[in-house]
Amino acid sequence: MQVTQPDPARVSSTALMSVSGLTKHFPVTRGVIFQRRVGLVRSVDDVSFDVARGETLGIVGESGCGKTTTARMLVRLIEPTAGQIMFDGRDITHLRAGAMRPLRREVQMIFQDPYSSLNPRHTVGAIVGAPFRLQKVKTEKGTKQSVQELLELVGLSPEHYNRYPHEFSGGQRQRIGIARTLALRPKLIVADEPVSALDVSIQAQVINLLADLQAELGLTYVIIAHDLSVIRHVCDEVAVMYLGNLVERARRADLYERPRHPYTVALLSAVPRPEPLQRTQDGRRDRRERIRLTGDVPSPLNPPSACRFHTRCWKAQEVCRTVPPPLAELAPGHYVACHFPENTPAPS
Amino acid sequence: MIAFLIRRLLATIVLLIVVSAITFGIFFLLPRLAGQTTYGLATQYVGRNPTPATIHQIEQQLGLNAPVIEQYGRFLRAIVFGEHYRSGPVVAYCPPPCFGYSFKSELPVWPQMVSDMPVTASLAIGAAALWLIGGVAVGILSALRRGSIWDRLSMGVALAGVSLPPFFTGLIALELFSYKWSIFPNVQYVGITQNPLLWAKNLVLPWTVLAFLYAALYARLTRSGMLETMTEDYIRTARAKGLPERTVIIRHALRAVLTPIITIFGMDLGLLLGGAILIEYTFSLHGLGLFTIEAINNQDLPEILGVTMLAAFFIVFANLIVDILYSVADPRVRT
Amino acid sequence: MMAGRRDRAKSLVTGPEPGPETSTDASGPRRSSLLEVSDLRIQFSTDDGVVKAVDGVSFTVDRGRTLGIVGESGSGKSVTSLGIMGLHSGGNARISGKIWLDGEELVDASPTRVRQLRGSKMAMIFQDPLSALHPYYTVGYQIAEAYLIHNKVGKKAARAHAIEMLERVGIPNPQARVDDYPHQFSGGMRQRTMIAMALSCDPELLIADEPTTALDVTVQAQILDLISELQEEFHSAVIIITHDLGVVAELADDIMVMYAGKMAEYGTSEDIFNRPGHPYAWGLLGSMPRLDQARTDRLIPIPGTPPSLINVPSGCPFHPRCSYAATTNGRCVSEVPLPRSVGLDHEVACHLSIDEQRQNWADLVAQAAPAASHGEDT
Ligand SMILES: Nc1ncnc2c1ncn2[C@@H]1O[C@H](COP(=O)(O)OP(=O)(O)OP(=O)(O)O)[C@@H](O)[C@H]1O
Ligand SMILES: Nc1ncnc2c1ncn2[C@@H]1O[C@H](COP(=O)(O)OP(=O)(O)O)[C@@H](O)[C@H]1O
Ligand code: SF4
Ligand code: SF4
Ligand SMILES: [Mg+2]
Ligand SMILES: [Mg+2]
Repeated sequence: MQVTQPDPARVSSTALMSVSGLTKHFPVTRGVIFQRRVGLVRSVDDVSFDVARGETLGIVGESGCGKTTTARMLVRLIEPTAGQIMFDGRDITHLRAGAMRPLRREVQMIFQDPYSSLNPRHTVGAIVGAPFRLQKVKTEKGTKQSVQELLELVGLSPEHYNRYPHEFSGGQRQRIGIARTLALRPKLIVADEPVSALDVSIQAQVINLLADLQAELGLTYVIIAHDLSVIRHVCDEVAVMYLGNLVERARRADLYERPRHPYTVALLSAVPRPEPLQRTQDGRRDRRERIRLTGDVPSPLNPPSACRFHTRCWKAQEVCRTVPPPLAELAPGHYVACHFPENTPAPS
Repeated sequence: MIAFLIRRLLATIVLLIVVSAITFGIFFLLPRLAGQTTYGLATQYVGRNPTPATIHQIEQQLGLNAPVIEQYGRFLRAIVFGEHYRSGPVVAYCPPPCFGYSFKSELPVWPQMVSDMPVTASLAIGAAALWLIGGVAVGILSALRRGSIWDRLSMGVALAGVSLPPFFTGLIALELFSYKWSIFPNVQYVGITQNPLLWAKNLVLPWTVLAFLYAALYARLTRSGMLETMTEDYIRTARAKGLPERTVIIRHALRAVLTPIITIFGMDLGLLLGGAILIEYTFSLHGLGLFTIEAINNQDLPEILGVTMLAAFFIVFANLIVDILYSVADPRVRT
Repeated sequence: MMAGRRDRAKSLVTGPEPGPETSTDASGPRRSSLLEVSDLRIQFSTDDGVVKAVDGVSFTVDRGRTLGIVGESGSGKSVTSLGIMGLHSGGNARISGKIWLDGEELVDASPTRVRQLRGSKMAMIFQDPLSALHPYYTVGYQIAEAYLIHNKVGKKAARAHAIEMLERVGIPNPQARVDDYPHQFSGGMRQRTMIAMALSCDPELLIADEPTTALDVTVQAQILDLISELQEEFHSAVIIITHDLGVVAELADDIMVMYAGKMAEYGTSEDIFNRPGHPYAWGLLGSMPRLDQARTDRLIPIPGTPPSLINVPSGCPFHPRCSYAATTNGRCVSEVPLPRSVGLDHEVACHLSIDEQRQNWADLVAQAAPAASHGEDT
């Protein structure tokens, strides 16, 4: 399998999108008239990855680790503070609004909340057809028929054309959202928590739909989720974020079988397994060997120094507090930012 | 908290200066922009039968032809430090806060306002207490008995209260309670220090009429706030703890409902002059409201300016109090 | 401990009865169970019609044991739990059936009596700890308030108790944090506070309604551990409500699967995960991506969407989405399936015979297996 490189100078031909050193800091200000900067939220700090053509990259991490911020930078909804985004061989990091227009066709975003991301006063037809109008695209068969084809593609009925979002269930609304993103035949779809607001049974429908569309249309996905089992199901490559940093990145099988960053190990260990509970002789719950992190994720406003995970890491040493661990390739295609990685044979 | 207070105080001072500049601009600059000459302005300061000479003299005295900035500076200085006016050989000292002399009565503006203040203050404070307590109580009861006869009746009355102008309700009240049944005959202001009982008795009608206007609004606000709060998760938590319903309503729901209402209350108190004008006019009480009406009728610039600054001061001050109250009430604003 | 489970109400059992027959009379409580719910029905009248949120649900929970209630959103899980707590105070709710808590009937009890039991004998924690805590009061005050109302103690003692409870639930430095406001706590600490509040009067029944849904996975693991430890310490009965099969698996001894306000299946955790009998349970298990099993290429979703509880489908409420509905000669459309015992303490509300259920489940497992071997990894 293709090994992706973080170095933008060596962009592999298969990478559709290539991100290096991506950073977003939000200044925190006080006061209305006299704004003073009282701090800096380091939402995303020096994140690099490639997204291979026709593949799915998963970004996973806990709340506030910068997943959404990263996604919004990828589709250029917010301006990066630093770093570079290459799309299809072009540097799109600082494109102006006018130059962005053709790009908007090729890169689309699906939002988390199927309730608030659709305008309640517009019909399904108007919502799904909006990209045609906004981009002034003429379709051969006329907008209406194209929209109806899109609705069928995502498993809705063409008769839904004139109905309003509130008449649909959560899963159906997410389908409407997906239909809208597909209107202009994008190359890359960035999906921010596309299934986390849905029930399990509906979640499976949407996951399968995304897989079918990828196979059928040759789409490339960046899928963001906090659910590790969903990520394992849908992704080829997985990036784990913690507090604005990318801490580990690897092919799916490598990551789930041999997680190397202590945070990834703990994260995987924390996922509740749907296996029936066992009780010991004295009636107590039989706790499998688990790694339990203490405390919550610290605030990205003034995050911990060097390795940001050191406040919760059971392996932390002095060096973790003083020297930021670089993202190093510990095995082919397996990048880890840790001084004392797990599942790694001691250097001989 | 201290830092918060200091910040708020500084902001208040800045705001007052801005307000004074705008007020000054409106009353001194606008006439000029509208083509009035300083000569024309000075004409207004001179009593009957002005001669060009006296007008020119006044023009000089008041510095009307000085640059705008200088005039504004003098205006501010007069408010803070007072001002000496030369009128012929006599030098009149106008102590701070000095808003100049009335065109009409040629008396200093500030003492007049001070003497009219107790009427308006009595009217405002009494009515405010009445409407706050009455409105909130009616609102809570309506919310708790949602859809009942009581709810519909009180909300209907509240709708009337919001939409009927107070001079209309005031006249009806006068007609019925004062003239027809003589329960409150000849409403007039009696100082609270002179005769507290008579003070209250005479103000009952104006209070009620003024409070009616606002109480209606507060009842509706409280009702909708209460209905919303009662569906909050923390109310469910309070019930799940096993608290008696009374405690749930008073300690958990009301606490949350009242916080925004206190804010609006502070603002309304600051803005009350508008309401007071109508009430004072209706009941012929000589307070700041009537003072304002007369000032406008007479085109008495210094008086208008004075009362505008005073009103602005109250609004800004009420805002400050509200902010402080709010930060006491809602711990989330403090940090 | 096992005896308690066998004693479950069998009032609705219509099928073969493998275990020793106990009383089929639902009119009296059985001593051994702390909570017994029998034929609970909760309806809401709304402008659109009557919402049958809970429609004839029966179950029991013993001291020291945990019942998990799972189902999709809108299946009536929260309404059931709020019904037990007597928290449907709005005028539009109609409740019938019986709820016995330690031998005391609650549905017909006076509101005052139920209020006294709330917070003392039964307590509840909610999904979103930020909105469930009052923003204007300190966490210490809110915990102490629960303690004060049910115990004859002074403010000082209540505060000391609040600090002790905060310490029990693992809040570091409780003396200093007791005067903090909820917004100064992190999500995990807020849920710990909720737990401290719920446990402050040592309740015998704890209901946790989606206690970790709003939390991050590492914090969720901490909270689940905490609930489990505290249950062992207090020996209380716990009902955990969730839509996440992983979460129930962590805590529950027994599981009730709900669909459209009705019980679809009830059994031990083993039963539900290893030999589920209801097509809806199969659907739930099939649509879930699982870390503990080999990755499959495709999930098996349940087609369609959950029904509205105003117009519940006739017969089996699941029939419009069930791929076995065609195999029962129309019974699924016309006849409501009653819960039927298919094993010791294992009930399924489905018209399929026990043999059909076993066969279909075995087929599904076999279908999933080859797909897994195609799967390239893990
Ligand atoms: N406009 C903004 N101003 C200031 N801070 C922001 C802004 N947008 C995001 N942040 C902060 O940046 C951090 C990362 O936010 P982001 O939304 O990317 O998180 P996330 O990983 O998507 O989390 P979740 O799982 O909760 O969606 C958070 O701490 C957030 O509060
Ligand atoms: N107060 C109420 N009035 C009307 N309908 C309600 C009320 N509370 C809940 N419902 C309805 O009852 C059904 C079950 O809700 P709930 O128990 O909250 O579901 P969940 O299983 O997700 O917890 C839903 O359809 C919900 O809309
Ligand atoms: S660098 Fe140190 S603190 Fe950071 S994850 Fe590795 S071992 Fe833990
Ligand atoms: S009763 Fe019929 S429709 Fe319902 S679950 Fe069983 S087979 Fe499916
Ligand atoms: Mg996000
Ligand atoms: Mg619920």
